[in-house]
Amino acid sequence: MKNIKSLLAIGSFTLLAIAMQGSAIAQQANDPKFNKMIKDGFKAEGIAGLDRIDQDATQKFCSDPVFANSKQGEKMREKIQKINMDTIKQPSDGKYMGDWKKGEAIAQSGRGATWTDKADTPVGGGCYNCHQIDPKEISHGNIGPSLTGYGKLRGNSQEVLTYTWNRINNSKAYNACSNMPRFAHFKLLSEQQIQDVMALLLDPASPVNQ
Amino acid sequence: MHRKYTLGIASGLLATMLSISSLSYAQKSATDEIAKYREMIADGNPSELYEAAGDELWKKPAGPKNATLEKCDLGLGAGVVKGAAAQLPRYFKDTNKVQDLESRLITCMQVLQGRDPQEMIDAPFQKGPKKDMEAIVAYVVTLSKGDKIKVSTNHPKEKEMYELGKRAFFFQGGPMDFSCASCHAEDGKRIRLQDLPNITTQKGAALGWGYWPAYRVSSGQFWTMQQRLNDCFRQQRFPFPIYTSDLTVALSMYMAKNANGGTVETPGLKR
Repeated sequence: MKNIKSLLAIGSFTLLAIAMQGSAIAQQANDPKFNKMIKDGFKAEGIAGLDRIDQDATQKFCSDPVFANSKQGEKMREKIQKINMDTIKQPSDGKYMGDWKKGEAIAQSGRGATWTDKADTPVGGGCYNCHQIDPKEISHGNIGPSLTGYGKLRGNSQEVLTYTWNRINNSKAYNACSNMPRFAHFKLLSEQQIQDVMALLLDPASPVNQ
Repeated sequence: MHRKYTLGIASGLLATMLSISSLSYAQKSATDEIAKYREMIADGNPSELYEAAGDELWKKPAGPKNATLEKCDLGLGAGVVKGAAAQLPRYFKDTNKVQDLESRLITCMQVLQGRDPQEMIDAPFQKGPKKDMEAIVAYVVTLSKGDKIKVSTNHPKEKEMYELGKRAFFFQGGPMDFSCASCHAEDGKRIRLQDLPNITTQKGAALGWGYWPAYRVSSGQFWTMQQRLNDCFRQQRFPFPIYTSDLTVALSMYMAKNANGGTVETPGLKR
């Protein structure tokens, strides 16, 4: 993660320099006062170290929504998406789908990665926090689109498999400032867990597709 | 005793209503049931117990100087508590800083009572010195209930704090790339069944800022605004925000100023 972060940081610096040339709106100026406020505002607690406020290029870009959503930000958006696309690995065993029942449990859990969790607390996908999935689960959020009927609507061609795999692994590959966490990039979910979530969405036997 | 008993029944009823609603009702009803519960105990918000304790602590000599907080200036002059919370955060000349209620109370405890601010900053929520702080906060905010939120950004430092807070609101970090804005920058959004106020709008900011500090039914505790912010950052997977740091005051300034014109409903009653 550290390596990726520093690579991203170098990338962001270069890109920022390019983006700032000749655009009417540039990314927010680097403000030492703001940086100091953030730095002095937090302390490390449990597994939540201060490295969590070292932003990578994507986080920095998306922290300025006015620029990120502007015409001037378009080139940078594409570059951020490319950086993220390049981090995605296809499944090592070639399998895109695991067990939808395990996938449902992962989708239900919103736990993990907070300072009250341990390093070995399993991290959930938290999918229901934002998405409708199994229509029987009425306790679902709406920050993301409904995924009910996902496989039934799209089938499971290789194109659909790859797109869905990529989207769960790193949603920012398609939408630079998507609200969805980058599950593989930050190692929130393992390859096996992502295969299970894939099955929840795409397996014809999954309640999502009934 | 009587009140405790009533509250016990009310909490039990809430639990029953919530479980019924999650079994057989559509999503809408969960929030409706909470609204009903709010109505039921509107005459007996458990925050009153904290408020009574805070009222006592306000008038009780304490600290190395064995003094009370009765001369504390919360912005409307020494000793004026009524209406003060509705106008915080604000710039204070004596500290040359913008302060929220809790950072200002720490100043009063330091200046009037001779207490060490670091003790209050380091104490865990709901324990030791923080427990006293929470009671005092309940007392102070109750005396602004029903007032209009009226926060100024006329002073350059207030304006600056607002802008810093706005920027902090959109600051992404952590392993999930979250910022405050991930959940609180669009209308009509929910996490599971929990409605999320859009804090970038006046209406949403008033819904958030106007109801905290609050008694939290799920934890059975009274939470100050600082504790509420702390739990937001925990869920954002950020490191631990330092109690009364400029970061937390700036975010409060952003929320409070956006909420201007709304009504102070504190102490609120929350899930």
